[in-house]
Formats: sequence, structure tokens, C-alpha cells
Amino acid sequence: MAEQHTSMLSLRGLTRRFGGLTAVDAIDLDLAKGELISIIGPNGAGKTTLFNLVTGLDRPDAGTVHFEGRDITGLSPERLAAEGIARTFQLGRVFGNLSVMDNVLIGAHTRLRAVKPAVPVIGPLLELGLALLRPSSVRAEEERLREEVKVILARFGERLLPRIGQPAYSLSYANRRRVEIARALALKPRLLLLDEPTAGMNPTETAEMQALVAELKAEGLTILLIEHKLEMVMRLSDRVIVMDEGKKIAEGPGEEVRTDPKVIEAYLGHGLSGTAEQESAA
Amino acid sequence: MPSWSFARASSRSGTASRPDPTAGAGAPAAFLSTRGSSVSSWLDYTINGLIVGNVYALVAVGLALIFGVSRLINFAQGSIYLVGAYIGWVAVVQLHTPLPLTIIVVAAAAAIVGLIIERFGLRPLQNSVRIAPLLATIGISFVLDQLVMLTFSPNPRALPSQLPDVRFQVGGGTIGPLDLLIAGVGLTSALLLFVFLRYSKLGWAVRAASQDRDAAMQMGVDVNRVNQAVFGIAAALGGVSGMLVGMYYNQIDTAMSLQATLKGVVAEVVGGAGNVPGAVIGSLLLGLVESYGVAVFGTSYRNLFAFLLLVVVLVLRPNGLFASARQAPPEPLTGTFIAPSRPVRIPRWALAVAAAIFAILPFFPVSFYVLQTLINAWLLGMLALSLTLVAGTMGQVSLGHAALLAIGAYTSALLSLTLNVPVGLAVIGGGLMSAALGTLLISPSFRLRGHYVSIATLAIGEIVSLVILNWESVTRGPIGISGIPPLSLFGYDLISPSSIYWFSFVVMAVLALLQGRLLTSHLGRSFRAIRDDDIAARAYGLSLNRYKSLAFIFGGFAAGVSGGIAAHLYSYINHETFNTQQSILALTVVILGGLGNVVGAIVGAVALVGLPEVFRIAAEYRILIYGIVLLLLVRFRPQGLLGTI
Repeated sequence: MAEQHTSMLSLRGLTRRFGGLTAVDAIDLDLAKGELISIIGPNGAGKTTLFNLVTGLDRPDAGTVHFEGRDITGLSPERLAAEGIARTFQLGRVFGNLSVMDNVLIGAHTRLRAVKPAVPVIGPLLELGLALLRPSSVRAEEERLREEVKVILARFGERLLPRIGQPAYSLSYANRRRVEIARALALKPRLLLLDEPTAGMNPTETAEMQALVAELKAEGLTILLIEHKLEMVMRLSDRVIVMDEGKKIAEGPGEEVRTDPKVIEAYLGHGLSGTAEQESAA
Repeated sequence: MPSWSFARASSRSGTASRPDPTAGAGAPAAFLSTRGSSVSSWLDYTINGLIVGNVYALVAVGLALIFGVSRLINFAQGSIYLVGAYIGWVAVVQLHTPLPLTIIVVAAAAAIVGLIIERFGLRPLQNSVRIAPLLATIGISFVLDQLVMLTFSPNPRALPSQLPDVRFQVGGGTIGPLDLLIAGVGLTSALLLFVFLRYSKLGWAVRAASQDRDAAMQMGVDVNRVNQAVFGIAAALGGVSGMLVGMYYNQIDTAMSLQATLKGVVAEVVGGAGNVPGAVIGSLLLGLVESYGVAVFGTSYRNLFAFLLLVVVLVLRPNGLFASARQAPPEPLTGTFIAPSRPVRIPRWALAVAAAIFAILPFFPVSFYVLQTLINAWLLGMLALSLTLVAGTMGQVSLGHAALLAIGAYTSALLSLTLNVPVGLAVIGGGLMSAALGTLLISPSFRLRGHYVSIATLAIGEIVSLVILNWESVTRGPIGISGIPPLSLFGYDLISPSSIYWFSFVVMAVLALLQGRLLTSHLGRSFRAIRDDDIAARAYGLSLNRYKSLAFIFGGFAAGVSGGIAAHLYSYINHETFNTQQSILALTVVILGGLGNVVGAIVGAVALVGLPEVFRIAAEYRILIYGIVLLLLVRFRPQGLLGTI
């Protein structure tokens, strides 16, 4: 129990089965405040499923998820967003017909005052009333958030700011990934889950993204990262967790994990372990 | 023989637009004589339930095959069933073909119709947004139904069965040759289909495509051929099914189409969309539920059972009774449900000028006819505002929107008639009731996506109509409500055309302004986010229930007000005044104007009401033209005239 109080996120025996396949198999994980843990592993190892379990998009068949000491197992994604957990998606789920500005503003949704009253029936009706009447406090809040969005977008240099009014469907793949991260930051998350933020990015863009994640970490944000680019993982992570076929097969500092024979085998298959050093160094 | 009817239990009064053959059927009397008499009658109900189930299965299996390979609910399936019935009539009555030949002719002709639909209606939309094929099958269905109606007239026709009229004793019940034929056709087609899917190369391809379309394509499966095969088979089964039902009742009419689609879809969804054996079991289950329900409660409740079964299954097990329960949908790339577009920007001054011109129109020497047409356009405009919010902004393509009109109309009419509420307040009451009750009724569909929402709203719309029909103590049942007082405001009756014109124009303009304001607020943003990607929206704290409710509350109010005003203008309403045709008309308006586009909804309403008047198009061709307009839009300008917002 004591351990749970010190860690921000704590998973115990988290398990999810799809028919005969155990996609996530009794995973334990502790993530301390301000820590960055990377989850690596071959495709189909269960990394994204694990993210879905933590963020409420899927429910575990067994095991628990604690966030800041409280049991949040099986809570809905919208509740977890309100708790301060933000995530990005592997293939990029931006709102295609919304402008970049609106996409990022959605990230700040849980912070809107109009959304706050959680009273059934009356709460939503008040929200409708506030949206239609728009008293000055609501307008001021909207203005403040718009300024805040511009500050967040400025983190990406000139990538997004000039396109702030463009619909997201017109953006390049890399820019959609950036919009996703901007949207996650607008939530002012206490825990950020990044699902392959550099997928489909060229080396320059990857380096930019790596710098951004390092910056977020330096600001004290707690981050869980799924990433295939091992160099980035090694540089950023406090610890690395390796998953294969749903199980955690290794955990520890990056240098330790990268030479673990089990990990090499999982990545490269049987009989290929000899080339592992070369590969992971690349 | 206990009565059971496949195609025609929904409407009994025959007063409104849709022709209704049920009034003359002698079945209810026969039904009463056997009601609850003995175990044997239960056996009869079981036999009948299974045979009805067989007919449903012929429709549902086709739907399941199509859903399997194209993830599409084919709303035109009932139209093919209708076409099958009428081709059967031509074959039997005009060409005097023997029964086996009739079946072959019907199957072949229906299959050709299916192939034409696939080739010209759906294949061009293959790389289009997901909403496109759904809308296309709705448009095709209207076009086919109207073509049949224009060719054969809406009056019912007799379709003789060509079989000897004898009954055999089976246990305590009886069974006729036609029952055996239906069962035989059902079993034979199931067997043929099984052999085809299991052993033929094309059948393998169909199964592969339905498991993973992309993987199948990469392995060299010709998906176009698979689609052709599936549409051909589905259409042949549907056509034969329509013919058999026509023979069973010795009567066919054009209202069969919608009912067949609904029943087939219910059976298919109950079994699990895309699951062929599930569709058969779902069909038999539906047949039995209906048959026993009729035995206990009476015939006018038949469809109510079917649709309640659908709603219950959708709520409890949205993937059907036999499908695996939890499955996360694949991640979309971006905005794939509706067509991405940049809306046409109309400057405010232009809108203000247009509004001013329409506002002062009655001061000019315009005819009563012009004002009347525009009043209709404003009423349709309010409905379109409602639907464009729900379907366009929120992405919930409602096919039962006319039910919101009906709720508003009945509420306003009853408030003013029985409680003497002033008409102005009664209309607002109608809007509020529609907002509250409509949202409550539609709430079971909030957890559904895409095509399922359309099915659920269609079913809920039918349920509303059936409740109005059956709840006689409140709604006066099939007789309807007459003598509804005219519109009035602050004690002054609005009788003159210009005062009615102004009233409806101002109400619509106010609703449009409010909706425009809503769209620029955080709610508009939230609605559109949920439409584009509900998973990501939830991950950022947007509760689907909350925002879908708010969209339906706001939209329900506009539709209810429109229905309320209409009730006071018509002075008489019944359960068929607000029907599916109006729902489809509103949808066409919304697509024409641009999904979610407030100005577009009004422009679309004026265009679709006004242009047929300008060109003096006869009433019976209008629905046909609306259907064609819908098809052309989906194909060539899916974002509508003014663009999606």
C-alpha cells in the first residue's frame, strides 16, 4: 500500500483477453511522479491494449489500476480525462473537420467552467443555457483558452501556428500527430500517455519530437511512452519495460534492458540473436 | 387460421398518403375465433411464427451477406422484395407462368436489379465517406418504390398462389401447401447458400472478404466480383421472399417495401449484423416473438413487438445475440464519416438582405399560392434545422425524425383542445415535449454508431407512430384529432396567409439564429468532435450521452415546434400525417444544403419545396425526384450546396 502512495500510476496483475488470446497478461507497473517509463516490444505485444486499459477505452478482465492512490479500474474514459489523464493514439485520432484551434480546444474541454456542473438533467441544461447566452465570464474563459492554445502550438515552432485555422484533415501526417500532442497538453495532464508519437516521422521531425518530450519531462510531467525508435527510448526513459505476447519480459534502466537476451530474442526471433547488438545500436 | 401479416400491420386506417390493404383483410376475425382456445392454437402460432420467420430469413440473410462484405445496411432490400412481388404478379397474372418458372423468373429479375444497384448505385461510392453508401441505399429505395408505384399504381393487387387451397392436419394445428413451399424455399436456399459459401471458390472469396476486406484484396480477391455475387444473391432471395408473401395474402401493394426492410433489418441485427446463420436464427426468433405477441395482445401490436425487440437487442447487445460483445472499432484516419469540405462563406450582410426580402414579401402583390409554398418551406426548414444539427453536426443520421414532428403536433393539439392552453404556448409546449420525450426515446441509441443509429431511429419513429395508433384514450387512435384551433398569438387568431407566413418565418429565423449561436459555442465544437471521432472525444472528457442528449433536446425542440405549428395549420392530424417520407425529405434537404449547415438547411428547404412548384411537377413524381436528387448529391456533391460544417 505504501508503494501505491508514492507512485502516480500503479498497475497490478492487469489482464485482458480477446477470445483465446491474452493481449495483456498480468502486467505490474509503477510509475512515480515525474518519471518517464517507455514500453517497448514487437508489434502485437499488447502495448496499445495496455494503454486502452489504463485510459478506460477497454476494461480489464482482471487486475487493478490505481492513479494517485485511488482505484480507477474500469472508470469511463471521460471520467479519467477529468482526473487528468491524457493520451495520444497510435494512428492519430484528430477531429478531421475541426480546425487545429478547435482540435486543441477540445483538449481543454474538462477545464471549461460550463462543463463543470455534474448534476444530472440540470447540469447539461445549464451548459446549453451558458452556450447560448454566453455571459462575459464564459467569453473571457474562451478567450483565455484560445491564447493558451497558441502558447501550446508555439512549442511546435512554425509547424502548426500558421495552420491554426485549417481543418485537421488537410494536415500532413506528422502535423496530425503534433495536433494530438497539443490537444493532450491542453488538458493540463498529470499523466500523459504517448502512443508512438514519432510513427511516420522523418529523422528531423523525430529529433524535434524527442526534444519536445524531453522538455515535457524536464517540466515535471509524468509520462508513459510507447515507442519503437530505440535511440529515443534510451535517451528519454528513466526505466524501460519490454512486453512480448502480453507479458512483461524485462524491466529496468535502458542499458540493462537492451542487452537482455530475452528482449533480443523477442525482438528478433529465435536464432537471430547474434545480430541484436548491431540492430539495437542502429 | 390465425392471422399474421408480414407487410402491412403498421397502418390500419387508410386515411393518409400510404395505401393500406389491411383494412379489408378478414384475418382478425379468424384470429379471434382461435384466440387462446387450446394447446392446438399455440401450435398454430408456433408454426406460423416459424414460417413468418422463414420469410424474414430470406430478407435478413441477404442483408447479412451484404453487411458482411461491405459493412453496409442495405436500406433498399425491401424495395427489391417489392419488385420481386410485382414481377411475380406480372409472371403469374399476365404471362401465366407455372410456379417453378415464376420462382426462377422472379429470382433472376430481382438478381438483375440487385446487380444494377451494386454497379451503378454503390460501386462508384467505394472510396467515399462512410455515410455515402448508407444515404445511397435510402435514395435507391425511394426511387425503386416510386417507380413501382408509378408503373403499377398504388392500389393493391391480387397475386394468386397457384397452389391448391387445402390444409393438412399436423398434430393439433393445420398447415397448407404454401406454408410448405415457404419452408421448402427457405431450407433450399439456406442449403444452397451453405454449399456456395463453403465449397465454391467465389463463396470462399465472399467469406474472406467479410472477415477482412483489405487482406482479401491483397491476396488477389476481386472485391467487385464478391460484391456482385452478394448483391445478386441477396436480391434474388429478397425478390422470391416478396413474391411468396404476396401469394400468401393473395395481395401486394407498395407499402410492403419499408416494412420488409424494417423486419429484415430487425432480424439481421438481432442475429448480429453480418452473421448469416445468426440472421436465420434472428428471423425465426422474430417470427415467433411476433406470433406469440399477436396471440396475446392482438394484431395491431405486431410491429411494436418487432421494433421493441430491436431496441432491446441494440441496447443490451448491440453486436447481436451471437456476436462477441466487446470490440473496439478500428482507428479511423480522419473525418471518414462525413465528407470533409470547406463551407461556403456567406457574408452576414447578404444573409440580412435575404432575410429582409423574405420578411417584407407579403407587402408585395404575391399570390396566396406563393405564400403557402413558402410557409411549407419554413416548416420544413425548422425540421431540417433540427435534422442538420442531429445528423450533420452530431453525426447521428436519424431516419425517424418525423416522429418528433408527430410528438410536437399531438402535444400542441391536445394542449389547446383539451386544456384550452393558448395556441402560442401550446406550440412551445409541443416543442418542449418533443425535446424531452424525443431525447428520452432516442437515448437507447446513444451508444450506437453510424448505420445502427439510422436503424434505431427508424425503429423508434415507427414505435412512436404505433403508440399513437394504439393509445386511443389519449391520441384518439386511428381516428386522429380534428378541430384543432388555428394559430393565435396573444389572443389574436392568425388566419390571413400573410400573418401565418410572418409567424412561421419569424419562428424559423429565431431557431436558425439560436442554432447558429450554438454552433459557435463550445457545444458546437464538442458535437462536431464527437461526430468526427467519438473515441478520441471520450478520451478528452466528452460524455456521449450528455452531448447527444443536448443535440437532441435542441433539435427536438425545433422539430416539435414545426410539428405544433403544422397541427394548427392543418386542423386535422392522425398517426400517418408525419411519416417516413417526411423524414427522408428532411434528410434530402439536409444533404442538399450541406450537413450541419444552418443556412444550407433553409436554402435546401426552399429549394426542395419551391422548385417542384416552379416547375409544376405532379405530386406523384416528387418523391421520385427527391430520391434522385439524394442519389445525385451523394455521388457528385456529398458536401451539399453550401458545404459541411
